[in-house]
Amino acid sequence: MTVLILPWLGLVMIGLVVTGVLAASAGERMAGYGTLIACGVGLAGVLLHLLAGAPEAGMTIPFGIVGQSGGLAIDGLSSLFLALVLGLGMASGIASLEAHHVTTAPALPVFVAGMVLTLLAQDAVMLLLGFEAMSLASFVLVMTGHRDEAVRRAGLLYLGMAMLGALCLVAALGLMAGDGLSFDSIRAHPPQGARAVAVLVLVVIGAGSKAGLAPLHVWLPPAHAAAPGPVSALMSGAMTKVALYVIIRLLFDLAGSGQPGWFGVPLIVMGLAGAVIGALRANLETDIKAVLACSTVENVGLIAIALGLGFAARAADLPAIAGLAFGAALLHAMGHGMFKALLFLAAGSVQYGAGSREMARLGGLIGAMPYTAGAMLLGAACLAGLPPSSGFAGEWMLLQSVIAALRVGGLGVQVLVCVLAAGMAMAMALAAAASVRLVGVVMLGRPRTPRCAAAVESSPPVRWALILLGLGSLGLGLMPGALLGLAEPALQVLSTSFAQRASLLALVPQADAPGYAPLGILALLFLLLMGIAACLRNWAVAGYRHGPAWDCGFGAPPDWLPFGDPATQYGPGSMAQPLRRALGGSLLAARQSVTMPAPEDSAPARFTETAQDPAERLIFAPIHRLRATISHLADLMTFLTVRQSLSVLFAALVLFLAVIAALEQT
Amino acid sequence: MTLLAGVITLVLHLLLVIAAAPLLVGLVRKLKARLVGREGPPVIQAWRDTLRLLRKEPVVADGTSWLFRAAPSVGLAAILTAMLLVPSFAFGMMTAGASDLLVILGLLGLARCTLALAAMDTGTAFGGIGASREMLFAAFAEPAMMLVVITLALLAGTTNLDVIASVLGSGVLGLRVSLALALGALMAVAIVECGRIPVDNPATHLELTMVHEAMVLEYSGRHLALIELAASLKLLLWFTLIATVFGPFGLAPPGLAPLSWAVAMLFWVGKMALLGAALAVFETTRAKMRVFRVPEFLGVAMLLAMLAAVLLLVSQGFA
Repeated sequence: MTVLILPWLGLVMIGLVVTGVLAASAGERMAGYGTLIACGVGLAGVLLHLLAGAPEAGMTIPFGIVGQSGGLAIDGLSSLFLALVLGLGMASGIASLEAHHVTTAPALPVFVAGMVLTLLAQDAVMLLLGFEAMSLASFVLVMTGHRDEAVRRAGLLYLGMAMLGALCLVAALGLMAGDGLSFDSIRAHPPQGARAVAVLVLVVIGAGSKAGLAPLHVWLPPAHAAAPGPVSALMSGAMTKVALYVIIRLLFDLAGSGQPGWFGVPLIVMGLAGAVIGALRANLETDIKAVLACSTVENVGLIAIALGLGFAARAADLPAIAGLAFGAALLHAMGHGMFKALLFLAAGSVQYGAGSREMARLGGLIGAMPYTAGAMLLGAACLAGLPPSSGFAGEWMLLQSVIAALRVGGLGVQVLVCVLAAGMAMAMALAAAASVRLVGVVMLGRPRTPRCAAAVESSPPVRWALILLGLGSLGLGLMPGALLGLAEPALQVLSTSFAQRASLLALVPQADAPGYAPLGILALLFLLLMGIAACLRNWAVAGYRHGPAWDCGFGAPPDWLPFGDPATQYGPGSMAQPLRRALGGSLLAARQSVTMPAPEDSAPARFTETAQDPAERLIFAPIHRLRATISHLADLMTFLTVRQSLSVLFAALVLFLAVIAALEQT
Repeated sequence: MTLLAGVITLVLHLLLVIAAAPLLVGLVRKLKARLVGREGPPVIQAWRDTLRLLRKEPVVADGTSWLFRAAPSVGLAAILTAMLLVPSFAFGMMTAGASDLLVILGLLGLARCTLALAAMDTGTAFGGIGASREMLFAAFAEPAMMLVVITLALLAGTTNLDVIASVLGSGVLGLRVSLALALGALMAVAIVECGRIPVDNPATHLELTMVHEAMVLEYSGRHLALIELAASLKLLLWFTLIATVFGPFGLAPPGLAPLSWAVAMLFWVGKMALLGAALAVFETTRAKMRVFRVPEFLGVAMLLAMLAAVLLLVSQGFA
C-alpha cells in the first residue's frame, strides 16, 4: 500500500491534467466528471494511507531541471492536506456538473492537479511548479466573468499578488537550497542566522499572500468573490490551506526546529490583525461571496496564530503546548476548509437560483431553496463557532492553546497573550455577527426583489455536493478527536505529538483533564429538546395560526404589494450599522456623510458611507503611487531628444559597469 | 455510587433551576416595585404568566419560516444545556466532566444566534434592530469574558467550571485582588448578557430603546412562554455562575449525601436571593444608557478583566 500510494496519486495528477486538455475540446461537463472521478480515486487512496498511519514514502520521477531528477514524497502532513484538497475537489467537480456555461472549466482539474503537486513535492522545483500551476489555473478561473470590469480588476490584482508571491518563494527556496534542491538536502543544512531571517520574511510574504495573511489579504475578497461558486469553494477551502501547508513545510519542517522562538511572532501578529479586520469587514461587505471571503481572512488569521504559538512553544521546548497549538491549527484548517467550501457552494447556488450576489437584492430564500438554506445554516453555525459544530471544536482548541501558551514566556509575553486572547474572542464574536447577518438577510425575512421572490432551488449535482460537504462538516464537528488521531503522523512531522491525549469522543487540552465532548453536548441538547416537546404536548395548546406581523402596529401590507415595502425591512447596511459605528471608524476608517438639500430644493437628500481596509490605505496606496511615479518618469523618457537619450543610455551603461566592477572587487 | 449520585444531583439540579428561574424574576420585580413604593405583583406571578401563556394559541407572523417556530424550543434547550453544566448546589454532577466555561459560552452563543435569526425571520424593522444590537453587545462582551476565563484558568489550571469552583472553594488560594476585579468584569458581562438596566430594559414599552424585547416582539402564546422561561433561566445561570465561582461555599461534595444536598440547596437559594436583591437595588438606582455607550461600559469590564489577569501574572510569576 505504502509503495503504491505515490504512483496512484501520480496517475491521479496525470488524469486531472489529461481531463483539462480533453475538456478544452470536449466541453466543460467533461471537466466536472473528470475532476470528480480523479479526486474520488485519489481520496480513497489517501484515506487508506491515513488510516494505515501515513507512513512516509518517496519516489523519484524523470522530470525536473537538468542534472537533477525531481521527486515526490508523502508523509503525515501532506496526506492530511491531500485528503482535504481531494475531498473539496470532488465536491467542486460534482457542483460544476450543473449546466452553466463556464468557458474556463478546463482549468479546474489543472488547478486541483497543481495543488496536489504542491503537496507531494519533494524538491524546490516541484514545489514551485505545483504552486505556480495552482496560481495560474486559479487566475484563469477567476477571470471566468471577464466581460465585467470589476472581475478584470480583481483578476489582475490577484495575478500581481501571485507574481509577488512566486518571486518571494523562488528567492526563499534559493536561499534554503545550499547544497541541493531536494528537501532532504535542505533539511540536512537548515538556514542559519540572517539567512534564516530572510527565509522567514520571504516565505511569510510569498505563501502568506496566497493564504490571505494580513496585510497581504487585499486581493482575496474581490478574487474569491469573482470566481464561480465551485472555484471559490476550492480557492477559499483548499488553496489557502495549501499556502499554509507551504508555510508549515518550509518554516516548520525544512528550516529545522533550531530556529529561535520569535519566528512565530510575525505569524501571530499578522494572524491577529487578519482575524479582527477580516471579521469586521465580513460584517460590512454587501456581496455574499465577499462576506465569505473576508471570513476566510479571519479564519486563516486564527490558524496562523495557532501556528505561531506552536512555533514559539516548540522553540521553548514545550512539546505538549506545541502539540496542542499545532493540533488546533490542523483541526481548524480542516474544519474551515470544509465549511467554507460548503458556504461558497451555497452562495453560488444562491447566485444562480435567486439571480444576485448582492444581499440587498436577496431575502426570504429559505422556503424556495431548502437545501441551500440548510447548507448555509450549517455553514453559518460553523462560521459563528456554535457548539456542536466543527467551527466550535476548532475555536475551542485554539483558545485552549492560547491559554496554555501563557506558560511559554515571561511577563511581557503573557500580557501579549492576554491581549491575543481578547482579540481572538472579539474576532470570533464578530464572525458570529457576520454569519447571523448573512443568513438573516439572505435566507430569512421577506424577499427584497421580485426576481428573488421567484427563486428556484439548484439542480441535483449542486445539492449532492452540498450534502456531501455538510455531512463531512457535521462528522468533523461531532468527532474532532478522530481527525486529531489521523493528524498524529502530521504532528510527528512537526516533532510534536498529541497521542496520549487523543480520544475519539472528546478533545482534551492536557492529559487527564476534563475537555469538550461534542457528542455529549449534542445528546444533552437533543434530550432537552425532546423533553420540551413532551412538556408542550402535555401542558400547552397545540397548533398556531397565521396573522400579519404586529411590528408595533405597522400593519399588514396592501394587496398590491405582496411582500411589503422592502425598505421597511432591515437590510445589509442597517444590520452592519451598530458595528460600523462602534468599531468601523477606528479600524476601517469608516465615514458617513449626509447631504441635506435646503428647504424648497427638490434635490434628494443623500447618505453616503465609505470604509477602507487599512492595508489598502497604508500599504497598497503608497505602492500604487510609487508605480504611477515610475511610469510617469518612464513616460517622460519617450520625449527626450536623441542626444539626451544617448546620454541616458551611456550613463546607464557606465553605472552598470561600475556596479559589476564593485561586485568583482568583493 | 458516584455515578448514581451524579445522576440524582443532575435531575435535582434540573428540576430546581426550572422551578426557581421564574421565581427569581418575580422576586426581582417585587423588590423593584417595593423600592419605588409600589406594592408589585406577587413573586409567583412570573410562573402564573408562563403557565397562562402556555395555554394560549400563538399567532405566527405571515411569511415566517419553520425557523421562527423552532427557535424558542432550540434557544431554551441551549440555555438549559448550559445550565446543566453549571454546578448549583453540588459538585460532581454527571455533567461535571463537560462543564467547560468555553462550552457554556458557546451554548449561550447558540441561544443568542438562534433568537437573532428568528427576529430577522419576521422581516420587520424591530427584529433587525434587536438582532443587530444584540450581536454588537456580544462582540464586546466576549473579549471581557475571555479574559475572565483566562484569570480563572490561571488560578485553577483548567477551564472546567467544576474544577475551578472546587479549587476556589478549597480555600488554598485565599482572597485575591484579581478575583475581585474579575468579579466586577463578570457582573458587567452578566448584566449585558441578561439584558438588564442600564444596558437594556426588560420591562420597557418604548420600542426604540429595546434590544431583547425588540427581538421577541412578534412572539406570542406558548412560543413567548418558552422565550420568557429561557430569559429567566439565563439570568439564573449567570447568577449561579457568579455564586459558584466567587462564593463557592456551602456546595455539597461529590457523592451520595442527601442531607448536605438539602443544606446546599438552602445555601444556593440564599445566594440567589441575595444577588437578586442586589440586582433590584442596582437597577432602581440606575437609568438606562444609550446603546452606543454600552461598548464603553463593556470596555471598562474588559479593562477590569485585563487588570485581573495581569495582576495575577505579576503576583504568581507564572512561567
